[in-house]
Amino acid sequence: MSAEDESGPRDRLIHPDVAKPSDEGERGQDGRRLDHAEATTRPIGAEPKIKAAREPQPRGARIRGNRPIDQAEAAERFLAAPLHQKAHDERLWDLRKKRDTAAFGIPEWEELRELASAIKAHTLSNLDRYLEEFEANAKANGVHVHWAADGADHNRIVHGILKDHGAKTLIKSKSMLTEECGFRHYMAGTGIEVIETDLGERIQQLDNEEPSHVVVPAVHKTRFDVAAVFAKTMGTDPENDDAHYLAESQRMHTRPLILEADAGMTGCNFAIAETGTVVTCTNEGNADLSGNVPKLQIHSIGIEKLIPRIEHLGVFLRLLARSALGSPITQYTSHFRALREGSEMHMVLVDNGRSERLGMEEFWTSLKCIRCGACMNTCPVYRRSGGLSYGATYSGPIGLIIDPTFNKRKYSTLPFSSTMNGSCTNVCPVKINIHEQIFAWRKVLAEEHQIPLLKQGMMKAAGQMLSRPAAYRAAIGAADSALRVLPRFAVYNPLNTWGKGREMPDSPRQSFHNWYKQNRMDPAKAAKTEKGGIE
Amino acid sequence: MSAREETLARIRRNRPAGSHPLPDIPDFAPLVGDDLVIEFGERLKRMGGRIGSPEGGDAFASVRERLASAKIIASAVPEIDGNRDLSQVALPKDLADVDVAIVRAVFGVAETGSVLFTEEELKVNSVAYLAQHLVVLLDPANILVNIQAAYRRSDFASAAYAVLHTGPSATADIEGVLIHGAQGVRSLTVILLPRG
Repeated sequence: MSAEDESGPRDRLIHPDVAKPSDEGERGQDGRRLDHAEATTRPIGAEPKIKAAREPQPRGARIRGNRPIDQAEAAERFLAAPLHQKAHDERLWDLRKKRDTAAFGIPEWEELRELASAIKAHTLSNLDRYLEEFEANAKANGVHVHWAADGADHNRIVHGILKDHGAKTLIKSKSMLTEECGFRHYMAGTGIEVIETDLGERIQQLDNEEPSHVVVPAVHKTRFDVAAVFAKTMGTDPENDDAHYLAESQRMHTRPLILEADAGMTGCNFAIAETGTVVTCTNEGNADLSGNVPKLQIHSIGIEKLIPRIEHLGVFLRLLARSALGSPITQYTSHFRALREGSEMHMVLVDNGRSERLGMEEFWTSLKCIRCGACMNTCPVYRRSGGLSYGATYSGPIGLIIDPTFNKRKYSTLPFSSTMNGSCTNVCPVKINIHEQIFAWRKVLAEEHQIPLLKQGMMKAAGQMLSRPAAYRAAIGAADSALRVLPRFAVYNPLNTWGKGREMPDSPRQSFHNWYKQNRMDPAKAAKTEKGGIE
Repeated sequence: MSAREETLARIRRNRPAGSHPLPDIPDFAPLVGDDLVIEFGERLKRMGGRIGSPEGGDAFASVRERLASAKIIASAVPEIDGNRDLSQVALPKDLADVDVAIVRAVFGVAETGSVLFTEEELKVNSVAYLAQHLVVLLDPANILVNIQAAYRRSDFASAAYAVLHTGPSATADIEGVLIHGAQGVRSLTVILLPRG
């Protein structure tokens, strides 16, 4: 790099090894473009020809207390931001394709999915025993083990540990569990500073937004959005949207905070009962910094993360990164079992509704989820509406079936944000029947009158028509198509999210019933069915 | 009742119906060819790592330039001396100024290009993340065929901290642009060198 390339803030911030602004991604030792971690296989980004064409970032669903989330409304705003929508859609579809390539590279892929699903089913149906085993082993390792009934309990426990040590700052790695517990929001009032150290999660924290994806938290943002957030919060050059500059700025900005932190915290991908080990799968090295630099370390564990033995990691690790990223493994697979010399180690086992969900016959298998995000990447609704449109910690297909267990009213509309194409179920590494559970939730919510009035009315009208063959055929016969017959509001109304951003396909000129009647049926019978007789 | 007792009681009350036996894990055929050294190197490179071999009697030929430009070198191996003694480190954060750290891996994994460290090899765990660059010595005889074989080893049950590194620290959180050195090391170079 020539001296002219380095000017202004880049000079002060940039390490000599940081790539040039023109580099769109790292290359390997043999010169090949690399696409490990969450990298794209080819450059995908929001590239407005002129600066004036840039658009503001569409924001997520409007949260109004306990009122049902209007996902469709937020999705509409996302669709109205074409630069964001296109980059988001392409980026996640690219991840999905990487996943396919990685999965097809393993002949035993389907067998691994079966095994993973069976190991999880076994562990969940013996969860009491495995939790006790985990606890006993962790204690024997010198670890302090805590049990949290719910999110508030978790936050109080962690706050208590921090207070006991006089901690003023906590560095943490990305954890969906702590998002679910609202940990950061709770801590905001305590005088203890929480610093996210994953780049994507830090971007979201600095922008005061929730993560929009379980693996890539800031995937809905363009580099221009990130440049604006960093300029405002870290004083970087607002005109410099080079991803290398932005990532390096965050590194330089965060490192002193890591070095001086009083405590570190991680989430947990897998908790091993036989050894009391917490396993994290990460790419940036920040979970290992959180666990290895401060003298106090805390690991928050959802109780469904238990697996019986170390050897089972041989199944789950081969599935996780391939499903999530299309890579054979993450950069770091870390096994925290016992304390370092001079450190203190705490593990918090969090229930927060999981033990109740275990008793829901149709929905307990959602506890098998390993948070790979594959169902989100493949979902046409998710890709076109963005994770924040769901207004919940978990978005996309897995969110549709988990979120209502936390709050049936607030998340009552979410199970309707699906085309029911079943793609989520097909890519799930632990074989959760996601689309069937989405359908089952619709039934539960309808029976419990959690469905909004408009949707109820629409479904009632459709139900009446569909249950009466004569009325249905009359309607079809009068026009060419059922789609044209259904009132336009029923197809393109705000609740029918998949009528958004596309027109319904043209329907055949003649219905199958009419064709059958003309060509295959004897006239007497035809007259009878015309009157609506049931054969 | 405590949160512990409540959670365990709910789990017992809500136990899913049916029989869910723990399946046996079969031995899967390796995905890699017989030459584990070549397979390991290929996969490591795809994950952003570099591979080096001794040249003309110099084990460190592939990282000589890197070492020459480094001000602070922390060595955890007898094969090379650094100028930062890892046995004299008071706090993990004191290693923040290390340019190059050199450590030996317990083993490598051909399927993924990973190397394993425990607290034994690292001396101070934080050195593997705070250093700007990581140089790893790996005995070619210590390369396992796959992840499944790795998890049959006893290291995970005995070490307080065990970690598989596969290439350097990486992120692509901004528009999918791959960047090495997100928070941890900017590069990871494995040198194939038998144990002394």
